[in-house]
Amino acid sequence: MAVADRIDVRKTYKLYIGGAFPRSESGRSYVVRAADASPIANACRASRKDLREAVRAARKAADGWADRTAMNRGQVLYRVAELMEGRRDQFVAEVAQAEGLREAKSRELVARAIDRWVWYAGWADKISQVLGSANPVAAPYFNFTIPEPTGVVGLVAPEQSSLLGLVSRLAPPLVAGNAVVVIASETRPLAAITLTEVLATSDVPGGVVNVLTGLKGELVPVMAGHVDVDAIDVWGVPEALRTDVELTAADNVKRLSRRPAGVSDARFDWLDDRATERPEWIAAFLEMKTVWHPIGV
Amino acid sequence: MPRMATRTPSADARTGEIVRTNDAAPSSWGLGDGAAIPWEYAPAPESRDVVTLKERYGLFIGGRDVAASDGQTFATINPATEEPLALVARGTPADMDRGVRAARKAFRRSWGSLSGRERAKYLFRIARILQERSREFAVLESMDSGKPIKESRDVDVPLAAAHFWYYAGWADKLEYAFPGRVARPLGVAAQIIPWNFPLLMLAWKIAPALAAGNTVVLKPASTTPLSALLFADVCRQADLPPGVVNIIPGPGEVGMALVTNPDVDKVAFTGSTDIGKRIAKGVAGSNKALTLELGGKAANIVFDDAPLDQAVEGIVNGIYFNQGEVCCAGSRLLAQESIVEPLIEKLKDRLATIRVGDPLDKNTDVGAINSRAQLEKITELVAAGQAEGAEMYQPACDLPARGYFFRPTLFTNVAQSHRIAREEIFGPVLSVLTFRTPDEAVEKANNTPYGLSAGIWTDKGSRILHMVKKMKAGVVWANTFNRFDPTSPFGGYKESGFGREGGMHGLHAYVRLEDR
Repeated sequence: MAVADRIDVRKTYKLYIGGAFPRSESGRSYVVRAADASPIANACRASRKDLREAVRAARKAADGWADRTAMNRGQVLYRVAELMEGRRDQFVAEVAQAEGLREAKSRELVARAIDRWVWYAGWADKISQVLGSANPVAAPYFNFTIPEPTGVVGLVAPEQSSLLGLVSRLAPPLVAGNAVVVIASETRPLAAITLTEVLATSDVPGGVVNVLTGLKGELVPVMAGHVDVDAIDVWGVPEALRTDVELTAADNVKRLSRRPAGVSDARFDWLDDRATERPEWIAAFLEMKTVWHPIGV
Repeated sequence: MPRMATRTPSADARTGEIVRTNDAAPSSWGLGDGAAIPWEYAPAPESRDVVTLKERYGLFIGGRDVAASDGQTFATINPATEEPLALVARGTPADMDRGVRAARKAFRRSWGSLSGRERAKYLFRIARILQERSREFAVLESMDSGKPIKESRDVDVPLAAAHFWYYAGWADKLEYAFPGRVARPLGVAAQIIPWNFPLLMLAWKIAPALAAGNTVVLKPASTTPLSALLFADVCRQADLPPGVVNIIPGPGEVGMALVTNPDVDKVAFTGSTDIGKRIAKGVAGSNKALTLELGGKAANIVFDDAPLDQAVEGIVNGIYFNQGEVCCAGSRLLAQESIVEPLIEKLKDRLATIRVGDPLDKNTDVGAINSRAQLEKITELVAAGQAEGAEMYQPACDLPARGYFFRPTLFTNVAQSHRIAREEIFGPVLSVLTFRTPDEAVEKANNTPYGLSAGIWTDKGSRILHMVKKMKAGVVWANTFNRFDPTSPFGGYKESGFGREGGMHGLHAYVRLEDR
């Protein structure tokens, strides 16, 4: 076989923690394979220590992100869409390879992932008007209810849909003002890492999104038991782990955002806008705060 | 909300200095020295005639009064006298199963196919009957729970009726609560409520569930089953279809049998954080919807520019309302250092005027602790407070010879590490801590796994809004405390639970949203 004129420079896929791209502190990696089983890359196999670092980075970043004005959060997330647009071909190739799709289908998925950022970004300065309320209490008090971000959200990404599924689950807690620790799809993690390269060059502050690649069986139980994680999106939790994860999560009263009953991760249609663009998915990572003050002269 | 009898000495608001208005009075006036009040109030007992106690109460399943599957009963006692009030059927796991089947049947047949407009009318009926029979409920509630009649009469019962009234109107307007979506009922709701507000918690649970089209199986607390069983009678009077509401008293283990019943679609629990975690574990791995309203350790923060007399009333209402057996009680007073001394002095003066005693006496401010077990828990934590070095103050008041009573208690020199500053006491015990800067107040207030409520006292509007934003708590009372209303969502952050009760948000816990 002849040697090509130019040898490709291959990418090392790393973790994304606190705005930096470290390898796993454990020094471990695992082989990521394409849909046709051919090896594509060595991804980091994050350790429990990496997960704890990611939670720490998220906690550090959470207040700053929550304190941004709603309009600013919206613009920052819209910019993620802008930057993804510029890397469209890279995402298309990665998604096609990981998910074993023709280019046209992959192109559709990537385009929709970009559009989904736009849809959710627009909610930033509207969700509190839709979910908040002024409450007509039967006494001389001014009383109102406003949503606030829950804090640090753990997101177990959908396993099958490497990019569109991830974006559809990541955008809601982010637009709500939370900091997120993502456990990427175990078998298809590469698009998630490329997404972090977009996030790193956009205006999303370091630590607001942290992405770990590795074995879900190793990482998810640690996330479920971490007392500084306030909520978990359990969408991509393997069925065999689900009950244990929910049992452990109860120890610090974590909020759980579950897949709707009867919905399968493997067969879910992420292109269905009605099913994937929902203010309830934002509300799942919001806390309602009610405030009373007397009225008087 | 009731105001406790107000007889504070006047104070100079600018200096915060207490002006003694009782110079000529005997020292036994109890203003600050903990001595008893010199005069006695004449007894003002509320008549018990309005209540006809039955000797035995059954379970309310499928619209009928039935015995427990094993025929067992337990006695519910009056905590103010330690005398038994009645024998109550003790539900079993088999009874829970019966209840769930009755609820499922009603959901499939009568209730499920009823329009929102018709459901609303049943709920309005219930609200009206509760208003009509309000005194009966108030007296029964005070007898079974130990809470003062003025609170059951002016707070618990009217608010319970108001809850049904409020949610009645939502039953046929759900499409406006969830724009763009169709709200469907979840099915059978399993509801477990505590003993501190027995009827009110029943209303918080049942009203939104029924408005949204669910049917319910409710387990009242084992020390306070009577108002729930009287509510069964209200359901009958309202001609509510059988099985829509089922009420099954029993011990905690039986509650777990209800939670884990596979035919339950939704679990709603109000109670301690410990039990809440067990309930959450009970639904783990299922598709049941869950809302939890759990414990609290609220900070009541008083800044140096706060109107002190008003703050004192708020602090007293915050921690001594319902004997402090309130999940959102303001159990940690955070006082700015510069005003600690005058504030404590005013508080002590105010404590001397609090009347502890017969719950059925209309002058009583603090009634009986709900049970011997709870009294023991309070006693243990108070002993821990003393052992850990905090300084205790109790007004000198006579306690009745029988019954479970506890003096209003105030601890100063409390450190954040003390048990009385960390653990939910659920009793009339206030821990005073201090702070210098707003940042320190925020840090101390949020330094707890709980996050149910918080209080802020200051005259500065911008500071109120700053503090509101910083509090990790679901309800923030500014220049007030312990206010409740059916339109006002209530619920916690962090380990105080999730989901909201009250308001439009309270409906969300009982619906499944579908596309139009």
